[in-house]
Amino acid sequence: MLHTLLKSTAEKSGLFHGGIEPEMSKITANSSISTSMIAPVYIVPIKQHIGEPCTPIVSVGEHIFRGQKIAKSEGYVSVPVHAPTSGKVVKIEEHAIPHPSGMGLPSIFIEPDGKDTRDESLEPIENYRERDPAELRERVRFCGIAGLGGAVFPTFIKLLKDQRNPIETVILNGIECEPYLTSDHRLMVEKPENIARGIDIIMHMVGAKRAIIAIEDNKPDAADAMRNAISSIPDMEHVEVHLLPTRYPQGSEKQLVQVLTGKEIPAGKLPMHIGVLCQNVGTTHAIFDAVIRGRPLTERIVTVSGDAVPRPGNMRTRLGTPMSFVFAQHGLEHFEGLHILHGGPMMGERLKAADVPVVKSTNGLLAMKSETMMKSHKVEQPCIRCGHCGVACPVNLVPNLLADQCRSEQFEKAESYNLFDCIECGACSYVCPSNIPLVHYFRYGKGQLAQISRAKGFAEASKERSEARDARIEREKEERAAKRKKVRATHKPKPADEKPAEERADEGKPTDEKSDSKGSES
Amino acid sequence: MIINLSSPHIHGGDSVRMTMISVILALMPAAIVSVYLFGWLAFLLITLCMVSCVATEYISLRMMGRPSSPIGDGSAALTGLLFALTLPAYIPWWMALLGSVVAIVLGKQLYGGLGYNLFNPALAARVILLISFPLNMTAWIIPMHVGTPVIDLYNFNDCLNLLLFGPEAIARTLDAITMASPLGHIKTEWSQGIAVADALKGYDYSYLDAFLGREAGSIGETSAVALLIGGVYLLARHTISWHIPFTYLATVLILAAIFNMIDPAHYAPPLFHLLAGGLILCAFFMATDPVSSPVTARGRIVFGIGCGVLTWSIRTYGGYPEGAMFAVILMNCAVPLIDHYCRPRVYGR
Repeated sequence: MLHTLLKSTAEKSGLFHGGIEPEMSKITANSSISTSMIAPVYIVPIKQHIGEPCTPIVSVGEHIFRGQKIAKSEGYVSVPVHAPTSGKVVKIEEHAIPHPSGMGLPSIFIEPDGKDTRDESLEPIENYRERDPAELRERVRFCGIAGLGGAVFPTFIKLLKDQRNPIETVILNGIECEPYLTSDHRLMVEKPENIARGIDIIMHMVGAKRAIIAIEDNKPDAADAMRNAISSIPDMEHVEVHLLPTRYPQGSEKQLVQVLTGKEIPAGKLPMHIGVLCQNVGTTHAIFDAVIRGRPLTERIVTVSGDAVPRPGNMRTRLGTPMSFVFAQHGLEHFEGLHILHGGPMMGERLKAADVPVVKSTNGLLAMKSETMMKSHKVEQPCIRCGHCGVACPVNLVPNLLADQCRSEQFEKAESYNLFDCIECGACSYVCPSNIPLVHYFRYGKGQLAQISRAKGFAEASKERSEARDARIEREKEERAAKRKKVRATHKPKPADEKPAEERADEGKPTDEKSDSKGSES
Repeated sequence: MIINLSSPHIHGGDSVRMTMISVILALMPAAIVSVYLFGWLAFLLITLCMVSCVATEYISLRMMGRPSSPIGDGSAALTGLLFALTLPAYIPWWMALLGSVVAIVLGKQLYGGLGYNLFNPALAARVILLISFPLNMTAWIIPMHVGTPVIDLYNFNDCLNLLLFGPEAIARTLDAITMASPLGHIKTEWSQGIAVADALKGYDYSYLDAFLGREAGSIGETSAVALLIGGVYLLARHTISWHIPFTYLATVLILAAIFNMIDPAHYAPPLFHLLAGGLILCAFFMATDPVSSPVTARGRIVFGIGCGVLTWSIRTYGGYPEGAMFAVILMNCAVPLIDHYCRPRVYGR
């Protein structure tokens, strides 16, 4: 009884608030990573990260090599895109990307020549410990690395050695708490040395003294592999493996930092503000590839799973590979009546069609029979205020109140109830007995609030403009009046001439004034 | 439908129906004990209330032109059961029917149906009946009585006749077959200047009887042990959280203990308060009604303490012997306010 009482408080030290324990369904946990065949065509969208889209720098008909930069980044929050194989650029046009709306982006279509020749221009950096972190950071940026856990935030931005926010601890996020997904798990089991070297590179880049490899206890083999790897590499004694109890969404950056350090990332701040840097397993491996091997990001591990996939597995897949080609290699050719998910079942997006390419954020591709999906095809029922959503919420919101506010369009109120702190993990929707799609309401509310603030910004800007104009008109009026006074003072005034002009000025019609002032300026 | 595209794509499988069924299951020990204590009267009363609540819900939904699918969620049946358990073993059938209609129509559907009601429907109906028919609602059948001097509770025909046609039909008067509840007894005695301890002695009060349920009272409220079994089941199943029942009961116990220590002649002992009246039923099944209670943990603690203070105060100083239901109904009014001020601290803020 006491245990039950304590458990339901969900405030245990070293743990994050709430969370859920879904059926993990990690059916591909023991499937070795296979390598995808060369696809008949690659479709490479010019934006696969959070931030500014890139500009294509190749032209149709041009022959390109694997790893060659084919689209350059624009702006700071952006990383370039590289060719997944050698071949010919056949066209550059808009194509659907993995997005629930089915929206498209300009994409570079590449027809492989089958030789898979690499662009070897990038020098491998073996002695990274002697190199300038800024140089390595430029390498990571150049190689197009973005967070491969799914958020695809440009990685180089986080790898800044900043005196104001020195990084003490690097966290390797090997949690992979989403059901079905095993790409990070398999990478840790199969390439632990590369990942360990990747951690070492990151530690050198940010000047961190220690690192923690965080793994959930449903992956003991990954933990063993990582432990062996760090002991086999010299000077890695400040790296330790932490095995954490399995709980969704522990892989969320905020929650993981809380579990490992006991500290919360203050709202609106980043992990670096409390001296922490989190990197995903896949990203860390990509950093290893970029630095040690001089290879830009052109492939990633994708878990292909779900109860509609005949031969589920983990596959090293080049970015731009059509998803239907990936599924076909796992025995799935027909998609009628199936639900195709990009990412895991908790946070992934449901796709309209499987003709979209694999991109940097594709950690998993799931095909599910419709009857196993969200039993919430059942109708949404009224909220009975059971509060299970609040118990499950890892950021301690009151989801049912928030959903109510979003539904009734009280967006400002929802904002004051910290709507924007929601990480959209889906734990609330998962536990809701009334099948309320809470996260859906939150996305709607956030979207509406973003629009409101844009509109507000626009209104404020135009208000400022009009106030500035009024002020200028007033000033010019005064200036003219002063001028006239001066003129009157020097020459003796001719009242008949002046009067009408003065009257007109006193009426103060802005349009007249404007044309007047323009006239006087020119 | 756009909703199907939005994550998450899997669901834990919990449902409103399962929640309601689990509460009905949790009430089964109390219901069974009530039939054991009050015989066919309890059985007939429970059946009558459950059937009329479900029927009223169906008719209300039809009249409003709404789909009748919510019938299947079990909430009306639960309201009927809860309401029946708060009634004395004998009240005229039409009062029970009226109460059921009041619970569903006034207590629930007028607010917009499940999830929108401000008050716990069963408690609201009980309070309305108590105010409207105070005599019948405080006349408690003597439990477990067999034989002619009073009434044979285990004779179906006697019980049916009593329920349908009143005490006269079985040649009794209401007074002959009923007695005061312990709470009512000490309230009356105290008003005549008799100390609590003496009043209890005069009543032949026993803590064991109160724990097991062998005392006068509402059919489902007398047996503390049956209610506790159900309450623990709900806690273990996470249908309810510990906050409300624990703080509610603890507040009553602490208040009773303090005042009993100051003046034992005037203030009833804590254990007496705990086992008396509808406190345990209210603490585990009424105050925890999710719809009409706060949604946050802190809010639930405030709510539980409020219920406790009000229950003890009404019992001690109020005009009615029992205060639990009034306490919960009053605290129901404060829920939106409590929810607003008791939000948890958000991560990183």
